[in-house]
Amino acid sequence: MNNNPSKEQIMFIKSLNRTKQAVKITRIAIFLLFFIIWEIAADTGVIDPFIFSRPSSIIVCAIGMLKDGSLLRHVGITLFETCVGFGIGTVMGTLVAVILWWNSFINKVCDPYLVVLNSLPKTALAPIIIVWLGNNMKAIIAVALLTSVIVTIINVLGGFNNADKDDIRLVRSFGGNKKDVLFKVVFPSATPYIIDALKINVGLSFVGVIVGEFLAAKEGLGYLIVYGSQVFTLGYKQI
Amino acid sequence: MEAIAHLKNISLSYHSPKGETKALDNVTFDIYDGEFLSIVGPSGCGKSTLLSVISGLSLPSEGTVKIEGNRKSAYMLQKDHLFEWRSVFSNACLGLELQKNLTAENRQKVHELLKKYGLEEFAFKKPSELSGGMRQRAALIRTLASQADILLLDEPFSALDYQTRLTVSDEISKIIKKEKKTAVLVTHDISEAVSLSDRVLVFSKRPASLKAEFKIEFPDNFKNGISAREAPEFREYFNKIWKELDK
Ligand SMILES: Nc1ncnc2c1ncn2[C@@H]1O[C@H](COP(=O)(O)OP(=O)(O)OP(=O)(O)O)[C@@H](O)[C@H]1O
Ligand SMILES: [Mg+2]
Repeated sequence: MNNNPSKEQIMFIKSLNRTKQAVKITRIAIFLLFFIIWEIAADTGVIDPFIFSRPSSIIVCAIGMLKDGSLLRHVGITLFETCVGFGIGTVMGTLVAVILWWNSFINKVCDPYLVVLNSLPKTALAPIIIVWLGNNMKAIIAVALLTSVIVTIINVLGGFNNADKDDIRLVRSFGGNKKDVLFKVVFPSATPYIIDALKINVGLSFVGVIVGEFLAAKEGLGYLIVYGSQVFTLGYKQI
Repeated sequence: MEAIAHLKNISLSYHSPKGETKALDNVTFDIYDGEFLSIVGPSGCGKSTLLSVISGLSLPSEGTVKIEGNRKSAYMLQKDHLFEWRSVFSNACLGLELQKNLTAENRQKVHELLKKYGLEEFAFKKPSELSGGMRQRAALIRTLASQADILLLDEPFSALDYQTRLTVSDEISKIIKKEKKTAVLVTHDISEAVSLSDRVLVFSKRPASLKAEFKIEFPDNFKNGISAREAPEFREYFNKIWKELDK
């Protein structure tokens, strides 16, 4: 970089900053505008506030629930279930991927099953799971687990199989065994894939938990949504 | 000189559902202690396969490989295969670690090697922070540290640009001589083979069989390495090998 930027460079930087500012302001404006229009529309009767609610009553409702602690409790429970489902899904998925990588026979046998299981709409199995495990938190976590574990297996195994053949040859030539190959090459080189799988999994587990709560729970955000639509206080749902 | 490895009537075929590929055909030669041996041959003829047989990673279909006195071999490949998730030092220790031999004393030795060959200040950096030549040097130190006696070099310089390649190959061959290691180098580059080696083996098209052997000797004032390229004998060797490959 030059110590004395030319006039042109100064102009360029200025216009760059101006664009950045404009983008930020427009973003916020759209956000605010959306809620203002919503509020006005509800006020003037363009939309029915009984069905579509309105921002002001959502805020009032949220504050009320924050005060009696019920909102935090529901959020906490959903968060807990998501974390547990996500954690178990990741650990189990990775373990299964290790087994499949280790034994190519099992891998070949399981391949078509993985494809089928992966294309299954897992959340559609939620009612069955709830019948099996009962109307409780265990069932909800199982649904979350089910939605994430197959994707984890497929992604992590893909990462494992992507390890460089010559990296493996190098470790072998130094006398390393299969365990060394796993821990010194395959695992570290698959780490980015595992992290990608984790990112996808958080979202999937969350979906699983919400769906589970739709069907089974007495607490949690999913329950709140169902409860809200049943008693028609749309203020609940909008939170 | 003492022979430390004997390859006798080695043949090897690869098997796949599509059929059989014969890669090595009745190959017999010895490797001598402390020599720099080069292997040249048309591409795809089976040179890498031959190294793999010497290393013991592949077993020949026929014939025997005998390595004298429990000597170990170690690879240096076309890419340096430094692991990005390890520091340069930890990469250099990989061989020792896998041989369950990473003692405090050996760690110290790795440090000394890094220092001796100008990588001390990069010991705890990531491999990606090194230049191409430095990376190859780090890979060599990893090989040297593993206390292997026979270094198997599979086109280790072919990924480098021409300029770097000349200096790095010269540098690496000098280090190998200094550490008194035996080296088997696979290369496509005849001039590289002539300038670095004590002996060059020429192989035929696939399946590789030994076609000719050249002992390379330069007058004292030229020595091996870059300066050898200026010796009058250089052209001669080059042409002989070239003709042999072309036959
Ligand atoms: N694992 C394998 N399975 C089947 N065929 C193989 C395998 N490895 C190598 N081959 C075949 O054996 C022949 C020799 O391969 P090799 O890699 O030893 O040749 P190379 O001389 O090292 O080639 P290059 O000059 O390209 O490095 C090639 O035709 C190759 O296709
Ligand atoms: Mg090769």
